[in-house]
Parts: sequence; structure tokens; C-alpha cells
Amino acid sequence: MEHRWKGSDGREKDNRPSRSVLIALLLACATMITLDAHGGQDSPVEPARRVAGEAFGPVETFTADVVRPFAAIPDYFGTRKNLRKEVSALEAENAELRRSVETSGLDRNRLAEYDGLTRAASDAGHDLVPAHVIAVGAGQSFSHTVTIDAGTDAGLHADMTVLNNDGLVGRVVRVTRTTATVVLIVDAESVVGGRLASSMEIGFLSGRGVIDGTGRLDLDLMDDSVVANAGDVVTTWGSKAGTPYVGGIPIGRVVSVINSPRETSRRAVIEPFVDFTSLDLVGVVVPRGATSDRDVVRAGEGDD
Amino acid sequence: MTALRALVALAVVALATVLQVSLFPHFAWDGIVPNLALLVVVGAALVRGPQFAATLGFVAGVLIDLAPPADHIAGRWALALVVVGYLAGRARQDTRPTAIATVLTVAAASFVGTSIFALSGLLLHDPVVGVGEMLEVILVALVWDVLLTPFVLPPVMLLFHRLEPAQVAYR
Repeated sequence: MEHRWKGSDGREKDNRPSRSVLIALLLACATMITLDAHGGQDSPVEPARRVAGEAFGPVETFTADVVRPFAAIPDYFGTRKNLRKEVSALEAENAELRRSVETSGLDRNRLAEYDGLTRAASDAGHDLVPAHVIAVGAGQSFSHTVTIDAGTDAGLHADMTVLNNDGLVGRVVRVTRTTATVVLIVDAESVVGGRLASSMEIGFLSGRGVIDGTGRLDLDLMDDSVVANAGDVVTTWGSKAGTPYVGGIPIGRVVSVINSPRETSRRAVIEPFVDFTSLDLVGVVVPRGATSDRDVVRAGEGDD
Repeated sequence: MTALRALVALAVVALATVLQVSLFPHFAWDGIVPNLALLVVVGAALVRGPQFAATLGFVAGVLIDLAPPADHIAGRWALALVVVGYLAGRARQDTRPTAIATVLTVAAASFVGTSIFALSGLLLHDPVVGVGEMLEVILVALVWDVLLTPFVLPPVMLLFHRLEPAQVAYR
């Protein structure tokens, strides 16, 4: 009993300081937001971010390493039936691929010739620094970013291309010594230069800010007379010196085309090849011969 | 001793932040994860009142805003969690809160917190998503937070009880 009214008595007295603390904290938040909103790339908050990154990076790496084996447990329970189904699907796909390879021998040879030419001319091919995803930004933050466990020690810096086995993942925006923050291409603020593989037409791909479901990217073609067809593959067209995106990386497939009279260009909806809900191993494109703290996948050795 | 208490509180919040980005994405629904830091702040508010909770909310928010995968404008989660801590602290009863009261407080806090974050984004033109989508995210986050309440709130509240300076008994 005594507890109670003494406690509430104390609270009445606490009321005023608690309000001034609230106001002070709100002002601090407002200051921080203002500083960061107007600063852009060289905002005063950036050093603080870096410090936080240096401190949290190793902890996140450790947590992710502990969690990873447990996250793989559901995979052990694939039933016989599922595995059979998967095998038959793969066999069908294999047969299909083999047929297309056999029929396109001539095309392939010619392509190899052209490829060799361009490679000799511009020294294409890139080295990849392998990295694991160690942290994923919360969906309720409305931005789609992940942290990977490679940083400046591995030879990374901002504006590098990140990809995985399936295609383009995103680009590096910020690095610390041991980690790097990657903005995914599905993020609402991400824009990638894309090229339709069928017609070589170029356009810009922007994310919709959705990580799941189909059609997570929009493609605006520069030339409005060109029509994208469902099933067309979109790749990056790359920019000067490969920053932030190197060219020729597959991004996704056209699933539908939206035609609205209000928009001058036709908008195509793209389904990315990468499954963003289960990102793990990724590669960061680094210049040839870059020094790194880990084994770099050299161009021409592995399948990049 | 006070410094030690502050350090323990900071460690709890930091742990919540790390688990939120490194462990829970494996269970995420559409990328949305339970907001552990918010749960810790609400737990602190129910035990220690508005002043402590608002301060802790500020620290937790700054950590979320700055720790690696974050790329939004810094200070937005700090703002949301300061308000959440303050409001949840004001809603505190003198008696030990019942389970239902705790769950309701968490639900309200989650709704207010995520909404403030989303609205600040609209004002600052930070991410460009539709309002419908925003509501969906807010509701999913609310469900997550309520689901995790029975596992997170009791230990957190117990911890903050232990950390509480002995003022109530001896003043």
C-alpha cells in the first residue's frame, strides 16, 4: 500500500522534468533529421553512421554466423516426393537446354568470336569479392537495404555492383572496415540503367519498394515506339568505369507491359531473377587485380 | 552504479537492434520483422515511467537509424521511439500491469511508432510508397510485435525492475 501512493506522489513531482526531457529529446531528433536530410552524401551524420557501422558490423557478422546453420534446417526436411519432382523438373530443363545448345552451334561460335573481340578490346570481365548477407533492413523502415560482411579490408568502396548467381542484387552505398551496406534494386529509390536483350533498347528500371510477389521493378524505355514483350530479358547497360553498375548483368524478365495515355513512354513490369527474400551469398564486382583480404573470384576462372 | 545501469540498458537495446536485423529476417513476412527495440522501450516505460523510457527510446532509435543496413534519414526512428516511450510511460498504472493491458499498450505503441516513422518519411520524401502499402506494413508490424510480446516483455520488465534504483522503497 505504502509503495503505491509514495510511487504516485513521486510521479507527480517527476512530471515537469519528464516533460522537459521529452522536449529536449524531440529537439535532438529534429536536429538530427534536419542535419541528415539536408546533408546528402556528405551529411554530418555520415561519420556517426560509420562509427556505428564499425561497432555493429562485427556483432552482426557474429550473429549471422551463429544463425546461419539453423536457418538451413528447413532444407533438410525436403521430402522424397518434392525431391523427385525437382529432379524431373531439372531433367526436363536440362533436355531443353541441351537441345537449344545443339541447334545453336553456329550462333554460339559466332558469338564466341564477337565476345573474344570485345574482351580483347575493352578488357571486359570482372573480379568478384564473395560476401555473405549478415543483416537485412526491417520492412517497416520502408527502405530495402542489406549489410554484407565485406568492407574496405576486402577492397570495397561505395558505388560497386553487387550480384549473385541469379543476377543483379544492388549497389554498395556505404562501407566500413568489415561491412558494406547494399541498396537492393527493388528499393523505391533505386534506379538502374537497363537494356532489353531482344531489341537492345535502353531504359531505366526503378524499384517499387516491394520485396515479395511478382513485378517488383518498373522499366521505362527511352524510346516510346519500342514495345517490350513479355518474357524479354533485361540486363544492365552499365556506365562509365562500371560505377555504380557494370554492364551485361541480367536483372529480370518482362512480365507485362502497361500502356497509359498519360505517360509518354511505355512502362514494362519486370520480375527480377534474384530472390530478395532469401539472399545469402553475393559477389561484389571489383576492378581487375584488386587486393582483398579474402580469395577473389578472378574473371575467367570461375563462372561469374 | 548508475553508469552500470545505463550500460546494461544500452546493451539490451543494442542486442535488440542486432537481433532485429540479423536473426529475424529469417522469419520475416514480406521483409517486415518484429520491432524488438520498440518492445524493449515499451517494457522500460511500463516499469520506469515516461522520462526513462523516452530517453531509452531516443538511444534505441539512434541505434536503429545508424546501425549498418539503415539508409533512411537518421533521427526518424529516434523521433518515433521517443514519442512511444513517453506515451507508454504516461499510460503506466501504479499497479503491476495485467497481461491484457501490456498487450494493448504494445499494440498501441507499435501502431504509433511505425506510423510516426512512416509519416515522417512522407514529409521528408524519403521513401516513395503508397499509403495503402504503408498501412499494410504498419498492421503486419503490429501483429508481429503483439506476437512477440509474451516472449520479450516479461524478461525485459523483470530486468528493468532489477535495475530500478531503490527509490520507491526508501524515499
